[in-house]
Amino acid sequence: MAAFLELRDVGKGYGPPGNRTNVLGGINLTVDEGEFVAIVGYSGAGKTTLISLVAGLLTPDTGTLLLDGKPITGPGPDRGVVFQSYALLPWMTAFENVYLAVEPLFPGWTAAQKRAHAQRYLELVNLGPARDKRPGELSGGMRQRVSLARALAGNPRVLLMDEPLSALDALTRATLQGEIERIWAQDRKTVVLITNDVDEGILLADRIIPLSAGPAATFGPEVRIDIPRPRDRKALNHDPRFARARNQVIEYLLGPGGRKRPAAAAPARSIAAAAPPAAKAAADAAPLPRVGADPEGAAA
Amino acid sequence: MSETSSAAAPTAPTAAPRKRAALPFSSLSVILPLGGLALVIALWALSSVTWSKNLPSPEKTWQVSKPFIMAPFAKRGELDQGIGRFAWYSLWLVAKGYALAILIGTPLGFLLGRSKLFARSFDPLIQILRPVSPLAWLPLGLVLFEKSQPAALFTIAICAMWPTVLNTAMGVRAIPQDYLNVARVLQLSPSKTFFKILLPAALPSMFTGYRLSLGIAWLVIVAVEMLTGSPGIGGFLWQEYNSLIYEHIILCIVTIGLVGFALDRMMSLVERRLRAA
Repeated sequence: MAAFLELRDVGKGYGPPGNRTNVLGGINLTVDEGEFVAIVGYSGAGKTTLISLVAGLLTPDTGTLLLDGKPITGPGPDRGVVFQSYALLPWMTAFENVYLAVEPLFPGWTAAQKRAHAQRYLELVNLGPARDKRPGELSGGMRQRVSLARALAGNPRVLLMDEPLSALDALTRATLQGEIERIWAQDRKTVVLITNDVDEGILLADRIIPLSAGPAATFGPEVRIDIPRPRDRKALNHDPRFARARNQVIEYLLGPGGRKRPAAAAPARSIAAAAPPAAKAAADAAPLPRVGADPEGAAA
Repeated sequence: MSETSSAAAPTAPTAAPRKRAALPFSSLSVILPLGGLALVIALWALSSVTWSKNLPSPEKTWQVSKPFIMAPFAKRGELDQGIGRFAWYSLWLVAKGYALAILIGTPLGFLLGRSKLFARSFDPLIQILRPVSPLAWLPLGLVLFEKSQPAALFTIAICAMWPTVLNTAMGVRAIPQDYLNVARVLQLSPSKTFFKILLPAALPSMFTGYRLSLGIAWLVIVAVEMLTGSPGIGGFLWQEYNSLIYEHIILCIVTIGLVGFALDRMMSLVERRLRAA
């Protein structure tokens, strides 16, 4: 079977030529249809850059991205994105936020059909009662549910999630992990989940891939999670397969995939980039370049 | 400014908890502004009898102004009309010039905020034109349009435009990249992106610009009317100066101030609603 989503030697950097920081260097990835893949890595390693590339919000410097054999050239309805910051529009209600995604995608439908469709997805994430609330009136967990409903309502072939739960408290996080698994089990959509939580990856994914610390982050050896579903969070803690997967991922991230030592006769720039706060600031600013904002300024 | 507004409604329940004064809230917020007013009127009265004999006393000002205030919309002749009627003429001219300022300024602000190329091309020019006084624009307007009315509109529009332009541009630039990414991911059409995302996101800033623009438009109207001799509060002021009825100068100043204040309150009410939403 040909890969459904394929990344071939994808590289991406920021900054002017000659003073460029490579965020991603040579990423290769194949995801089968219906597979749930988790990518785990350090903050600022380039995870958001990676998902933005797949979403089509950024174009790679090198390599190609293929979805179902066709190159990705821009955003499209075949890929739904759940943003880390929810990215809900605060002047719209929960329902309107979801409806915004439904509206342009199904031009043949009547307004009633579109509304029913949006409503169905709100209910799928258990937000039926909150449909007329604005994001400001919703808790973080509820906001991310709206965001999830919005991404799913477009009926994408791939769901891309960029640290969807990292801003939530532990309990809400656990609840939403359960929701994500329940929803995924319903239609087995292809999912790429970016996370900084190894346990979350193991709980949800079929396959977990560590991303090494930047600059020029690459994938480490992947770990298959063959624990049968539905996975019980409590039982998982005592499952030797869970412990083994966890150790493999963490050993890579702390060992060969860890932060590079600044002492290794590196030029001044990469010292700054390897220092955690600066690297994080640089990478956080970098994936979303803004007018007037110089992502290089943060690292230099 | 909020001080004076709460004086008008001392028992307003929303205003009460915000104050942390030692004295009871209602008495202080009424007494202090009244005390300030009394002090200024006393200084005015004193000045009118001491160093400036031409300055009419408060009492005389009131007597001479009374017919214009008591029948604010009377029309006894072209130059003899109630103060409300004069204010209305001015407001109408301001409304037209202000509408023009907004219609031109808002799209300009969007262009400036969205296009780096446009911003780099025109920003220096805007910074240079922005501080130019209405008194400088008006003659150019007269040269361009050859009639006083369009020249007045031109002057109001071009002076009042800048806060709208700059605040709109600022609001558009401050739209979070996340929202723009949402528009791209959801594949919204350009018009949908504009009306559902850019416009609502920039609206609070735009309204700050609109409020400041209205203030300037009202500021400009007096100068414009003085120079063109159009009927209105500024024209009346200048005419009464020439007729040596100095009481009416004070009447006009007070009226201009009150109208300007009312306009600003109105706009800031709308603005606050938008910010809260």
